[in-house]
Amino acid sequence: MRLSHKTATLLVLIPLIVLAPIFFPSNFYYRVGSLIFINGLAVTGMVILIGYAGQISLGHAGFAGIGAYSCALMPVHWGIPPVAAAVLGAVISALLAWLVGRPILRLKGYYLAVATLGFGILVYMVLTNETWLTGGPDGMSVNDSGLRDMAEAVGIDLKNSQFWYWMCAIVLVIGVWLAMNLQDSPTGRALRAVHGSEVAARTVGVDVARYKLQAFVISAVYASVAGSMVALQNEFVTPDVAGYMHSIEWVTMTVLGGAGSVLGAIFGAAILTTLPQVLTAFAEYEQLLLGLIMMLVMIFMRDGLLPSIMRRIRGKDE
Amino acid sequence: MSALLSVENLGITFGGLRAVHDVSFSVKPGEILSVIGPNGAGKTTLFNMISGVYQPGSGKVVLEGQDVTGMRPDLLAHRGMSRTFQNLQIFQNMTVLENAIAGFHLTESGNLFADLLRLPGSRGRARTAHQGAMRLLERVGLEASAETNAGSLSYGKLKRLEIARALALSPKVLLLDEPAAGCNAVETEEIDQMIAEVAKSGVAILLVEHDMKMVMRISNHIVVLDHGEKIAEGDPATVSRDPAVIAAYLGTEAAEDADA
Repeated sequence: MRLSHKTATLLVLIPLIVLAPIFFPSNFYYRVGSLIFINGLAVTGMVILIGYAGQISLGHAGFAGIGAYSCALMPVHWGIPPVAAAVLGAVISALLAWLVGRPILRLKGYYLAVATLGFGILVYMVLTNETWLTGGPDGMSVNDSGLRDMAEAVGIDLKNSQFWYWMCAIVLVIGVWLAMNLQDSPTGRALRAVHGSEVAARTVGVDVARYKLQAFVISAVYASVAGSMVALQNEFVTPDVAGYMHSIEWVTMTVLGGAGSVLGAIFGAAILTTLPQVLTAFAEYEQLLLGLIMMLVMIFMRDGLLPSIMRRIRGKDE
Repeated sequence: MSALLSVENLGITFGGLRAVHDVSFSVKPGEILSVIGPNGAGKTTLFNMISGVYQPGSGKVVLEGQDVTGMRPDLLAHRGMSRTFQNLQIFQNMTVLENAIAGFHLTESGNLFADLLRLPGSRGRARTAHQGAMRLLERVGLEASAETNAGSLSYGKLKRLEIARALALSPKVLLLDEPAAGCNAVETEEIDQMIAEVAKSGVAILLVEHDMKMVMRISNHIVVLDHGEKIAEGDPATVSRDPAVIAAYLGTEAAEDADA
């Protein structure tokens, strides 16, 4: 029997998430785990944009900023519960992505990269400079979401880091499930057609601009929810969540792991989230090694880590 | 029967160069019209204008009585126009089957949320497209390669895949840009038969082809271009006797045939 792509992905991902804590020597690792899942969620969105539709964005952390600050601001100013604020934040991100995406997505390649980078920096600047609203560079605190108390009320009593490990895992799995549904659906095929050949996509009736915009909006929602998760977990936000380095990190994780595959991109997120922790042993050479590893992977495994490794394994089987 | 597609005084210039100038013709349902001419005569440019890839500088394209000049290719697809490309436009990032399914986009695509949540409607439409695509792959003899990555197919097979994808739209007008280029004699004959069958089902076919034997065999009507202008038109027998055509194009071809 042949497994569908979706089933295979979930069959790898879920056991890994469930079994990993067995090997955690301390609670700190739960924290790293939730960080991987949050990055994993954002890069799953990036796979839809980069891997399916073949478009680039260096500004998606801007949407994470909107998601994060929605959770911080809406409960204080409008009395909206933090979780509902996360949902509203995703809606705002979607609307903004739709507005920004319409003019921006006419651009291609590095023009698109620079334009999206500009958008991300714009959001970051607003969050940093509008001190009266956002607290400026020092950030602001986020009200307790009450999720952990609710879990406790139904008998699930976990330490904070453990609780958020599982919360982020659940959100990631839902995100992956949606992305995998999309991949093999009519919309997913239209997106991949746009990636393969815009001219041919048009001749089979694909409204190219509309589908690019859809991919942009969906990936913005993923980034926004990832930003909200950061805010809800830390109960504190700074403009750093929208920093352009995060946007670049997400693109790097996606491409390094394998832009065409959700599992590959999450693998990339896991590697680039944990590697800096591992490389701290090399002190001042940490950044140097990180850069070197990234360069070597791209030179020798152009399709990304996971697809290249899988091909090598399959090649030996035959 | 009235014309399904007509081209009226179509022209375009590229940086002062008149690539196509004042070309007119029309195609009826079930008819095969071939556009021939030497390299650089403007055949592909003409196709690109008709199919909305280029904006014509002058003239009109009329589809089923409606002016569709310079209309976007995806909107033309909605109106029943489909095409293939001289230099292959295959979705290399997909399997052969997925390429064919993509041809069903117009009937397959629906609601984004239905696709994200994999609702029954979305699955049903995808299944119908899947079945239609398999039938088309069988028709062009590619069913065995269905799960292969399209990028790894031979040139001749890719040509047939492109035709299958174009047929998936159930077009009223089909534009074929050198469908037999790079194919061997057997493959050419298969493509030849396929085109004739499609025309018989009532599709108007516009063909650009270099294989003169094929053109003479299957065309109802031939339009000859040279330096972007129409120099002759008529049925195959008339065109092949036309002195202007022989001078511009068939002369060299006929000489080669005589040598062989």
